[in-house]
Amino acid sequence: MTTATPTVAVGTQKTDGTPSTTAGRVRKRLNSRTATLVSIVIAVVWTIPTFGLLVSSLRPEDEIKTTGWWTAFTNPQFTFENYEQVLFGRSSSSGQLAGSFINSLAITIPSVLFPLAFACLAAYALAWINFRGRDWVYIAIFALQIVPLQMALVPLLRFFSTGVTLGGVTLMPAWDLVDEQKFAQVWFAHTCFALPFAVFLLHNFISQLPGDLMEAARVDGATHPKIFRTIVLPLITPALAAFGIFQFLWVWNDLLVALIFAGGGDETAPLTVRLAEMAGTRGNEWQRLTAGAFVSIVVPLIVFLSLQRFFVRGLLAGSVKG
Amino acid sequence: MKFDFADQQPKFLMLMYGLVAFVLVVGGLLLLLDVVPAWFARRREAQLVAASVSGAPLPRRPKQREGIFAFFFLLPTLLLLVIGLVVPAIRTVLLSLMNRTSTEWVGFDNFAWMFSDDSIVRVLINTLVWVLLVPLVATGFGLIYAVLVDKARFESVAKSLIFLPMAISFVGASIIWKFVYAYRGDGDQIGLLNQIVVSLGGEPKQWLLESPLNTLLLIVIMIWIQAGFAMVVLSAAIKAIPGDIVEAARLDGVSPWQMFWQITMPSIRPALIVVMVTLTIATLKVFDIVRTSTNGNYDTSVIANEMYNQAFRYSENGRGSALAVFLFILVIPVVIYQIRNLRQQREG
Repeated sequence: MTTATPTVAVGTQKTDGTPSTTAGRVRKRLNSRTATLVSIVIAVVWTIPTFGLLVSSLRPEDEIKTTGWWTAFTNPQFTFENYEQVLFGRSSSSGQLAGSFINSLAITIPSVLFPLAFACLAAYALAWINFRGRDWVYIAIFALQIVPLQMALVPLLRFFSTGVTLGGVTLMPAWDLVDEQKFAQVWFAHTCFALPFAVFLLHNFISQLPGDLMEAARVDGATHPKIFRTIVLPLITPALAAFGIFQFLWVWNDLLVALIFAGGGDETAPLTVRLAEMAGTRGNEWQRLTAGAFVSIVVPLIVFLSLQRFFVRGLLAGSVKG
Repeated sequence: MKFDFADQQPKFLMLMYGLVAFVLVVGGLLLLLDVVPAWFARRREAQLVAASVSGAPLPRRPKQREGIFAFFFLLPTLLLLVIGLVVPAIRTVLLSLMNRTSTEWVGFDNFAWMFSDDSIVRVLINTLVWVLLVPLVATGFGLIYAVLVDKARFESVAKSLIFLPMAISFVGASIIWKFVYAYRGDGDQIGLLNQIVVSLGGEPKQWLLESPLNTLLLIVIMIWIQAGFAMVVLSAAIKAIPGDIVEAARLDGVSPWQMFWQITMPSIRPALIVVMVTLTIATLKVFDIVRTSTNGNYDTSVIANEMYNQAFRYSENGRGSALAVFLFILVIPVVIYQIRNLRQQREG
């Protein structure tokens, strides 16, 4: 790094850098002033785009289309019309996002629960059950994290649409799902793609539980399922919450998997797919885009803000310990 | 203006099925693992009793069946990973060596096409620009902000503001920024960026149509989302620096600037690398932003978007798969670097 030979600089700074001199004090205050200023500027730049969207979504259509949202403060005109339109409007051009909202929920909930449960079981086995080849299984699952999900899309879609035949023998028929049933495909895909990271993250937590606890339970004659249920699960609730939130945000905000496995139909398309479509075909219908975007943002925002603590902890465990 | 709730019922029914399946699978598995060993234990007990009554030699204690438990605990995960990731990934590699309908082997033709077709070369260059800029700039902003608000008043609020975009979908973020970039030919501008340009005396522009500026503007969206991630991880690393080191430096009269370069930077180097690597991988796979903002038009496409177009819009399975494989190849060196780094850290 750039800090190779700093000794000379330190020596010279020692005399005039102390806050006891007037110049030093002034400079220090100036420093903290610029620091505050810079951080405020960054914070404002980061917040304003979202704020503008929120304000715009509450303005009447012809106002949005003719004047900037910042004029709303000198000429306030607000309405919930856009939200009504975009959520419940009858015409297909309005978005009908209420249906997509339900689709998003129907996709997300099982897509969080399945990987959570499976990864939890797997992580426990990898951490606390002795069996041959344990390390290799763990390394294999860990390594799968690097496979981009793009690598799996084409064959997995074929797997659903044509089934599996090996040498003329049908091992699994095509799923042939229609309409709402396509949710199952999406759950399946999301679960598969989430597992490597989920196992890795939960293994980090579970393997750090005190070994004495497990040993004591074993001596008392508890079997692995019992230890898992009564000792491990209650102790790793924060980790479960962390992964749960992470996966929730990921699935709710995902576009690619939904686009391919749910498709664009009214019965299955989640908010992201519908919004991306609106942005493409009705790029100038700002009254709908702004309100629609906010509808899609609101749920993850609430989840995120109320559970930020767990999320940050999971993020740090997942990335730093890595 | 009516929304028929009855239309939505099949969806809830399907969701119900999903939840029931979840309870059955997970609950069933746990129950199975509980009941079966208990049954074996009872049988063994009965054998022991019978043996002691008849005076026969006591049966040997059976070997512990740890492996069986492990097998059932791991079964769902391994099964899904094989079906959903391992086999498909191998098939994608094979598909990338075949023609568009996957009926004939074509060798490396698809890869040759990737590097000879001008539009795809453009895509590769764009991806390179993304990968060079996003991790650097996002980490830079995250680091600056983390240092500046560290121990400041309202620190947690200030951090939340930057972190918030992480909760917003890439699609939502793209719409937010498309609105910032919005253009109107005459009269008042509705996009913030054009308004700023106009008020500075410039001409409004159709930002997203002008290559190569549009790629940079899309990159801004990604930076906006990811700086929060960098900030949180780095901020935690900064707080983990031992207090006595900071105190000692302060007693030596080190200026904030020196403190940053000589104490903070070396201490958070591991976290810095983790952030950069994570962001690099995320950026390589970026798809939603490009698709929502420009659909890859006007020279903005990137690998993941082109892969989607080839495989799912033009039904070019061979070419789409080749792009996916190329993406995978790009990720590998980054991950190897990451693993080597971690190993050094553990040893050091």
